[in-house]
Amino acid sequence: MAERVVEARHLSKVYQMGDVEVHALRGLSLDINRGEAMAIMGPSGSGKSTLMNILGCLDRPSAGSYHLDGESVANLDDDQLADIRNRKVGFVFQTFNLLRRTSALENVELPLRYAGVGAGRRQRAIAALEAVGLGERLDHRPNELSGGQQQRVAIARALVNEPAIIMADEPTGNLDSKAGADIMKLLLKLNRQDGKTLIIVTHDSDVAEQTDRIVLIRDGQVEADRKLGRSKKIASKGK
Amino acid sequence: MDFIASLQAAIESITANKLRSALTVLGIVIGVGAVIAMLAIGRGAQDSIAGSIEGIGTNLLFVMRGDSQNQVRNPQPLTMDDAAALSDVFQAPSVINVAPLLQGSATVSARGESTTTTLNGITSEHEAVRGWSVSEGEFINSSHLLGRSAVVLLGTAVADDLFGRHDGLVGETVRINGQPFRVIGILAERGTGGFSNENDTVMVPLTTAQARLLQRSTPRSVDVILVQAVDADAVPQASEQVANILRTRHRTALGADDFTIINQQDFLDTAASITGVLTIFLGGIAAISLLVGGIGIMNIMLVSVIERTREIGLRKALGARKRDILFQFLAESSLLSLIGGILGITLGWLISVGVGAIAAAANADIVPKIGIDSVLLATLFSMAVGLFFGLYPANQAANLQPVEALRYE
Ligand SMILES: Nc1ncnc2c1ncn2[C@@H]1O[C@H](COP(=O)(O)OP(=O)(O)OP(=O)(O)O)[C@@H](O)[C@H]1O
Ligand SMILES: [Mg+2]
Repeated sequence: MAERVVEARHLSKVYQMGDVEVHALRGLSLDINRGEAMAIMGPSGSGKSTLMNILGCLDRPSAGSYHLDGESVANLDDDQLADIRNRKVGFVFQTFNLLRRTSALENVELPLRYAGVGAGRRQRAIAALEAVGLGERLDHRPNELSGGQQQRVAIARALVNEPAIIMADEPTGNLDSKAGADIMKLLLKLNRQDGKTLIIVTHDSDVAEQTDRIVLIRDGQVEADRKLGRSKKIASKGK
Repeated sequence: MDFIASLQAAIESITANKLRSALTVLGIVIGVGAVIAMLAIGRGAQDSIAGSIEGIGTNLLFVMRGDSQNQVRNPQPLTMDDAAALSDVFQAPSVINVAPLLQGSATVSARGESTTTTLNGITSEHEAVRGWSVSEGEFINSSHLLGRSAVVLLGTAVADDLFGRHDGLVGETVRINGQPFRVIGILAERGTGGFSNENDTVMVPLTTAQARLLQRSTPRSVDVILVQAVDADAVPQASEQVANILRTRHRTALGADDFTIINQQDFLDTAASITGVLTIFLGGIAAISLLVGGIGIMNIMLVSVIERTREIGLRKALGARKRDILFQFLAESSLLSLIGGILGITLGWLISVGVGAIAAAANADIVPKIGIDSVLLATLFSMAVGLFFGLYPANQAANLQPVEALRYE
């Protein structure tokens, strides 16, 4: 039995919009094994981003339990959640979310700074940028990089703290198909070669088909959960 | 998050909006500048007044007729005999010098020029008690007093008015209220600080003044008796001895002294308390402008937090804790106010120098003094203003929820 990184039980999320309650998640349960590459699909408004935010500890569920990498996250305060995000989760956003006025290198250093890493910080950031093929662009600012390159910087930033899981909410949504394909290739390489657990939210079934597993979400519930045959289990590899 | 990184983020944000930062800082600059300048000017005025009081002489008591509340009826005038009694070494061992004084105004003329000035009837003791000296000629001595001589010492201002110079005048004749007086000396020039110009004066023997120039109802009366104590510690004893002698001589009822003794220190204390109040008042008004500057900082910080909502959300997503965000924004606001404080100290210094120059040009000898303490006070105060007014916006930022912050457009 493979080791579970994500163990979510009966998650629900209710948004109060004035008098109306919006049920974004309705008792959703989901397990993800270490080393898995998984795609979350579903129509707009089905709750994909809401789920990702909870899995990434950016948000708390209204009800349900959640263990990330063996730790129960339910009763943690804001600062403890920040710490979990810092150590266990690497985020890749649709809109890159790089700091505009700082270099690629400094952007990648940021999670290490918040982790309190002093010695070797620069080297680790450089290594992460080299791993995404941007070893030559250390001092470039985001506005001096293409969209694809910016997303690579974001991936390097997600990698640099060696998190248990990488979460990407529509990482190719703002890129053309060529750049998007490159980013997907890079993310899958991190999964296949380095054993990183990967969760990708996408609307693109070509993207989803490249992963090991597709979870379809509708109305805040799992509608289908399909393992793709060609996944060669490498679950216990990596750390 | 390390301190350097927060500071770096703060500097980045300040330099990203240079004009906006400059305008924000300006509020603090003006506030701190005003506080520094006002405190400096207040202190300069205090020093100037204290200096002129101390310039009268040292360890002095001023004895005057009448009680300070004007309750005692028919106070006896002070006389030459009172003054002589105060010089008694046995009854007043703490007294070293006694200098009676008669003072009024007189018209002095020579060669068709004429001026109205302060006339002092003095004794030879004034040379020691008041620290007077002559730049040429000789001081009034006891034989002038005994002989009620028609001799006069001219202050430099009077000499300049009458003769256009203040040297080589010994032996000239001037008329005081029409009567001829021989010039025996010119008083050495004194600083012009304080309440009156001490160079604008003439001095004649006290006896001469009593007889011919400043007639009082009682022939041998004087206006003030200056008493000098042997040293600073002896001033209270001297005061007590003087009081006892005068009580006996005037046969006053118990608790109904018909004279007043003012200690030089009393003058200093009164002046210090007046200038102190003035300084606090001016400083308080200036501090209000510093407060307004602080509100400016708060305003800009609030805008900055809103503008950077997404950035804050991102930093939190990457693992920033509340205190990391709090510290980043507090660093920004206190840096702004610290820059303002430093520029403000410079501005305050410039204002002080300017006021000093204007005062010097107007012959008022106020030298504004910027103390280390007021610089420290202004620096700390401006930092505190930055921290205080930055706290609310920084707290807003620190408490943002990451999801909502990231979603913010
Ligand atoms: N902060 C919020 N306040 C109120 N309702 C919200 C909030 N966030 C999400 N919702 C609602 O929750 C539901 C799920 O939203 P979510 O963003 O998870 O959808 P999604 O599957 O990511 O959609 P898309 O594919 O368009 O990104 C939607 O109906 C949305 O309107
Ligand atoms: Mg979404």
